[in-house]
Amino acid sequence: MSVLVFLIPIALTLSLIGLGAFIWSLRSGQFDDLDGEALRILDDDDDRPLKD
Amino acid sequence: MGCCGVRGENACYAPGSAALWVKEQEDGTRELHLMVPGIHCAACISTIEKGLRELEGLEEARVNFTLRQVRARWRDETFDPDAILRKLDELGYAARPFDPAEAGFAADDREGRELLKALAVAGFAAANVMMFSISVWAGADPVTRDFFHWISAAIALPAIAWAGRPFFRSAWRALSRARMNMDVPISLAVLTAAMMSLYQTATHQQHAYFDAAVSLLFFLLIGRYLDHRMRARARSAVSQLMTLSATGATVLDEEGRRRFLPMEALKRGMRVFVAAGERIPVDGIVEEGRSDVDVSLITGESNPEPVEPGRKVYAGAMNLTGPLVIRLTAHGEDTFLSEVIRLMSAAEQGRSAYVRIADRLAGLYAPVVHVLAGATLLGWLFWTGFNWPVSLLHAIAVLIITCPCALGLAVPAVQVVAAGVLFRNGIMVKDGAALERMAEVDTVIFDKTGTLTLGRPQLMDTGPVSTQALAIAAGLARASTHPLSRALVEGVETRGIIPEPVQDVREHPGQGLSGRWRGREVRLGSRSFCNVPETMPESDLPQIALAVEGRQPVLFTFADTLRPDAAETIRRLKAAGLKVEMISGDREGPVRAVARELGIEVWRSGWTPQQKLAYVEGLGKAGARVLMVGDGINDAPALAAGHASMAPSTASDIGRTAADMVFLGQSLSAVWLAREVALRGRQLMTQNFALSLVYNALAVPVAIFGYATPLFAAIAMSASSIVVVGNALRLGFIDRRLRRGFSLEGGMDKADCERERGRKAA
Repeated sequence: MSVLVFLIPIALTLSLIGLGAFIWSLRSGQFDDLDGEALRILDDDDDRPLKD
Repeated sequence: MGCCGVRGENACYAPGSAALWVKEQEDGTRELHLMVPGIHCAACISTIEKGLRELEGLEEARVNFTLRQVRARWRDETFDPDAILRKLDELGYAARPFDPAEAGFAADDREGRELLKALAVAGFAAANVMMFSISVWAGADPVTRDFFHWISAAIALPAIAWAGRPFFRSAWRALSRARMNMDVPISLAVLTAAMMSLYQTATHQQHAYFDAAVSLLFFLLIGRYLDHRMRARARSAVSQLMTLSATGATVLDEEGRRRFLPMEALKRGMRVFVAAGERIPVDGIVEEGRSDVDVSLITGESNPEPVEPGRKVYAGAMNLTGPLVIRLTAHGEDTFLSEVIRLMSAAEQGRSAYVRIADRLAGLYAPVVHVLAGATLLGWLFWTGFNWPVSLLHAIAVLIITCPCALGLAVPAVQVVAAGVLFRNGIMVKDGAALERMAEVDTVIFDKTGTLTLGRPQLMDTGPVSTQALAIAAGLARASTHPLSRALVEGVETRGIIPEPVQDVREHPGQGLSGRWRGREVRLGSRSFCNVPETMPESDLPQIALAVEGRQPVLFTFADTLRPDAAETIRRLKAAGLKVEMISGDREGPVRAVARELGIEVWRSGWTPQQKLAYVEGLGKAGARVLMVGDGINDAPALAAGHASMAPSTASDIGRTAADMVFLGQSLSAVWLAREVALRGRQLMTQNFALSLVYNALAVPVAIFGYATPLFAAIAMSASSIVVVGNALRLGFIDRRLRRGFSLEGGMDKADCERERGRKAA
């Protein structure tokens, strides 16, 4: 059962990374326009927002 | 859908006004938020973003398709924000700047993000705790089991404390007002489950319910978030319609310079300029200019009224033919509009007394559950000879198992699907309770002008009038934007007649048009302007006369166009056993004509807003559940007083504010669709409640007799939630057959979008 000493921290760390990634994407506004992103992918041109 | 403002004629913004909405950010960039309701498809996104990219100095332009908004950012101080509006106009999009904080989007968005974060944390905790729980259920030895319970506690307790806040807050609010809602039993179950599991863990017992507590939160947060998203989207769409009409006026100073001022800066005695085709922004007295004004939104009167210096005009009227200068008389408290708002807020109080089905049920449900749990505790105390830990364990198991997980999802799941179906059909539901009230309606009262009709005149059968007269009249009318002129041209052209060329056409605001045809003077306009003899019969319907020099004048009669599907909608509502009535501020003649055409037996004409309000309130007191459908400023109090209310998107701002639901497009079938979906939604809600009851009837005895192990709780709760959500999703199937039998297909596809844009650009 000593393998649990490794496995449990690994499992928790991985899911914490997932949680962190989700909160990051939320903060950076990736969930602000869900319908828009679905349509943007249909546009063939380079469709990045205007930014230097 | 009109591009901006009411009925699509308003100028969307006044030049120079965009600077008022520019927000300076902390990092030195400037930001402007714009509402662009014309965004309909993928091509719109790239057209706008590429077009704006051409502007010198603009750093970022981003379309938010979901909310139909554009956010522009730049650093350069000399950059003129009006250039963005001009560019959008050039591209064929009407836009209006707004303040996100004021419009409530910023605050709203924060709430949505909080819910999503809570959902993510609850999901994380649920997945991990479930991993340990499954190991325990699979048969872990006591030491490993305790170890796993402790880790579960370490994950679950902070997660519950954090992700459960929306429920705890709402439960506390309800309790502190001595009310009961679903969040009270939810909070109680989650908290007691966590506490008891902690005690079980500390005393090395077998059963811990950490997984049940966090997955409960996870399920409920899904429902809560979906509900929030649907409401936020509908609200955003409604407020877009609302704020598009300019909230300010063009003021003339002593030297005659024009300046656009926001509403707050206006003062009594100022001179306000209103161009032809603009909506009059304030109450006042006409000082210069003659014109015709369309007052249909204020009084319901379908015939435009001529105005001249000295006449009083009200905010909300449309100035049709000539520019006007108005001396502002009333502002703030003493306008006609503020009187209507006062009536409206008084009427709304009746509606706020409505208690949502879910809350009504919570009022019954919570005491039953708590009594059951108490009885279980007492029963086990006697049975085991006052063994407190075991008795408490079983009592809390009852609380957990009856926790209204399925009940908490039963209502929001149905409402989210229903609002989604309606949204796709162009109907925006501002409030979940509106759907519940809609399902109870037994009387439908319509306004006439702008609601049953489009508020757009149509040339009636011309009878003995010669083709040549029609052609001359159309030749004259082409030069004017007066609604009757436009209707005349349209009517003549659809009859296949080519308008005659008329020279020297001049518009005489408030009177008519004059010109020369083959050397003879021709006039088109009011009876007096064309010297129509008294002997010719008057009509209740709007008429204009044509006088050709040396000939007998002829009259053209117009009638308001009915909304498409109006007759079919009324027929179906009556067939469904609803009482259909019409109340209008218009004169008797046009009202009777519409009533006869649509087969409405009960109708009233010439009513003031007060009379409409009193009538709807009176019916409500007599026990009727009234659905009020109206659009005008004069309908707003009645809309607020109705048990449920609907307004077309072309309605006045205040009409849309007062209504529960707003429908896009012209077809009146929206009224029928909304009722159908509301009825179906109520049916599914009842089914969901029944399913939850069946579940409880099966699970509660198990818990009372002490067999509710954590495994049983996990399976029973998840299964009941999935069944309820699955049942709610069936409402989505109604979508396809909803519009069957109506002439107008719903929605706006890409072709429509491009056509509309082309028209606007032209």
